[in-house]
Amino acid sequence: MSAEALAAFLIVTGGFFVLLGSIALIRLPDIFTRLHGPTKATTLGVGAIVIASSVAGYAMTGNVSLKELSVSLFLFITAPVSAHLLAKAALKEQSKDR
Amino acid sequence: MTLREWLVPQPILTLAIAALWALLAGDVSGGTLLLGLTLGLLIPVFTSQFWPGRPRTFRVGAALRLMFVVVYDIIVANVAVARIVLGNVQGIKSKFVDVPLDTDDPYVATILASIITLTPGTLSIDIDMDKRVAHIHGLDVPDQSLLIDEIKTRYEAPLKEIFGC
Repeated sequence: MSAEALAAFLIVTGGFFVLLGSIALIRLPDIFTRLHGPTKATTLGVGAIVIASSVAGYAMTGNVSLKELSVSLFLFITAPVSAHLLAKAALKEQSKDR
Repeated sequence: MTLREWLVPQPILTLAIAALWALLAGDVSGGTLLLGLTLGLLIPVFTSQFWPGRPRTFRVGAALRLMFVVVYDIIVANVAVARIVLGNVQGIKSKFVDVPLDTDDPYVATILASIITLTPGTLSIDIDMDKRVAHIHGLDVPDQSLLIDEIKTRYEAPLKEIFGC
């Protein structure tokens, strides 16, 4: 029961931060500030949802599953790389326009 | 180069790949371990060209401490960024900041750049190893020197301690 509550709380929190990442895409003024949105959503947003999946799985089956953590791990490795490439591409576009 | 260095250039990576494989397979039987270790031995050999040098030392205690600092910062800074995004987005002072690096190790610089991007509010754009500068972009930077100071003391100093340089 309490595990269920914890999982629910984590899902809502994670969902909030993922939503926030999307709102950031709309509200922020230029490409560099917009890049901040999605990279943040993946860290805390997806992180919380993934932990929720682990907690819920444990509550239902009694087995501790760490498979979910690998999702977070891969995201933590790939998110900076894609953000970095987008930023470099944006810089190049910008210097071409000038 | 000894035979061991030639066969197993990245022992930690080998173990990490094997552990990750067992994690993904969901069990720790002989078959998955064997396949995981095989992958762990082959992947570092085939990707050895991408690895800049070889990390000499690795202090586990310092690494764990840095991990907790980064996770804590991610949570705290996420809330700070949330406030910015939902608040007055016209009033933010976003700008590019150059962070001078104390290290000439591309390994350390790469991990530092990844941490900068993962913590909300800052994004690493480019690393110039020749000039030893990391170009980063801050979402809201009221005080440039404060940000540089924070990155250097919270992330770069522990990283140098971990890899002993």
